[in-house]
Amino acid sequence: MILAQSTVFGLLIGALYGLAAVGLTLVFGVLKILNVAHGELIMLGGYAAFWLFTLWHVDPFVSVLPSGAALFLVGVLLYRTLFGRLLRAGEETKLKNSILIGFGLALVLQTVALAAWTGDERAVTTRYAGGVLPIAGIVLPFARLGALAVAFVAVALLHVFLHHTYPGKAIRATGEDVDAASLAGIPVPSMFLSAFGLGSALAGIAGTLAVVTDAVSPSIGLAWTLKALIVVVLGGLGSVAGAFVAGCGLGVVESVSGILLGNAYREVVGLVLFLAVLAVRPRGLFARG
Amino acid sequence: MIVDRRTLPAAALGTAALAAAALLPAMTESRAILSWTLLVLLYVALAQSWNVLGGFGGQVNLGHAALFGVGAVTTRLLWTAGTPIAAALPAGTALAAVTSVVIGAPALRLRGPYFAIGTLAVAEICRITAGNVLPDIAALPPRALAAYALAPRYYLALGLAVLTTAVAAWIAHSRFGRGLAAVREDEDVAESIGVGAYGHTLIAFVISGALAGAAGGVFAYYHVGFYPSFAFSPLWTFDPLLIVYLGGVGTVAGPIVGAIVFLALREALALRIGELHLLIFGVLFIAIVVALPGGIVQAVRDVIGRSRTIGTAEVTST
Repeated sequence: MILAQSTVFGLLIGALYGLAAVGLTLVFGVLKILNVAHGELIMLGGYAAFWLFTLWHVDPFVSVLPSGAALFLVGVLLYRTLFGRLLRAGEETKLKNSILIGFGLALVLQTVALAAWTGDERAVTTRYAGGVLPIAGIVLPFARLGALAVAFVAVALLHVFLHHTYPGKAIRATGEDVDAASLAGIPVPSMFLSAFGLGSALAGIAGTLAVVTDAVSPSIGLAWTLKALIVVVLGGLGSVAGAFVAGCGLGVVESVSGILLGNAYREVVGLVLFLAVLAVRPRGLFARG
Repeated sequence: MIVDRRTLPAAALGTAALAAAALLPAMTESRAILSWTLLVLLYVALAQSWNVLGGFGGQVNLGHAALFGVGAVTTRLLWTAGTPIAAALPAGTALAAVTSVVIGAPALRLRGPYFAIGTLAVAEICRITAGNVLPDIAALPPRALAAYALAPRYYLALGLAVLTTAVAAWIAHSRFGRGLAAVREDEDVAESIGVGAYGHTLIAFVISGALAGAAGGVFAYYHVGFYPSFAFSPLWTFDPLLIVYLGGVGTVAGPIVGAIVFLALREALALRIGELHLLIFGVLFIAIVVALPGGIVQAVRDVIGRSRTIGTAEVTST
């Protein structure tokens, strides 16, 4: 029973990992850069939700939209000022410099958050915070269930957008072959911009959900980035659906190993699993080819 | 190392700085000045060690903290157990070198972003495990605390800074270093002219790791109290990385210039604006990556180069 409960719990947490990773993988898939400040964008999304709730009593599940939109704008700004400049460089230089810039950016965003909102842990306590839905002896907290639903809807919408709409297909085409996309008349620079903005918006949504289930503080970024990176690699760099599935999987593995090995090692298990996959399938579990 | 018109001023400056550093404990009684200089020397050593693989080898290792931590914790445990530091420090360095082989051998097979992410993951595994497994070595035993003197620690740090700089200078001018640069610039071309990419980067990884372990050992000998997980903190990766880029990545002088500027700025800013000084470092770092990939060393060379035109044989790559 404990095992079943922790599996379900892991799934609920894992959906959030998946959502965090989807934004990162989208940016990598299209721009071929790695934004290691992704966790800091999640942190900003969390603060947006926290302040919307604290100042105007906006429910976090409602503030998914404004905080997603706000982070979209942040993403656009970051792309215009920093990441957009990299794209002319060669493949390897571009990737390496994006990691370095992301690291500098993470430092900047952390410090700004610390100065603006102090190092205190902030969480949102809604009316339904303690409520649970018991099904066959397993308890499902409302807040986490809601987070799972929102994460799933967000990823599903993204999937539909990327696969069944014209602009979405244009973004994917840009990711697959920049030259061919450009020849086909796709405005490549604005596709890059949209992909980066979307990736950041997804980070904003993930942060909003994280503030309901966990807490937010200026230093949570690195942990989220690491989690998202693990999931992205497990799912295959650039694969949106793979990232979401891998996220849920990582959540379950962590939660179950937390029961079996003790909570101190739950993080380690995820990392070891990640290294094992990297050693055996360097392109990720769900990557084709 | 060929001493010609170009390297002569640098060599003279280096000798003068070294003499000043060696005489410093005789000239001042101030613990603050000595501690600060010791920290500069330690950071020079750590930054040089990162630069071996990250700068000369072109492989962004985000798991440097793991090697620093292995060196620090091994040295600390042996030393507090009664082993003389003269044996504990080499043991820590050796274990860090072995660890580099264990991490580097599989990690260097990874391509693209996977090397950076993989090494970051390894360092995090080490940090969490060290925090869980190792005993608290937060404080020194009273006997060691009573015998604590700053001067031997200072000279140890000075020796290590000189050693790491000498290693960097050797790499910059040796056949091995040129092979490493060839691999960094273009792996396929390097392989086609008979330079083994994997072997070169692995050797660089081990040199880098051993030196990082030695820096960790000196830190463990110097620092009065710390938790084992602190020695594995990502700080020990990101500080040297920042210093190297600040000074000039892939150069011998870069880590020295970077460490001095970094710690001077930190000292000056942290007192006035507190945590906000990190903001300035972050912005400075981004600005360098975007606009000045050669760091301060490059900027200085550009200024000198404009006054007297020298053919540049430098490898400018980030």
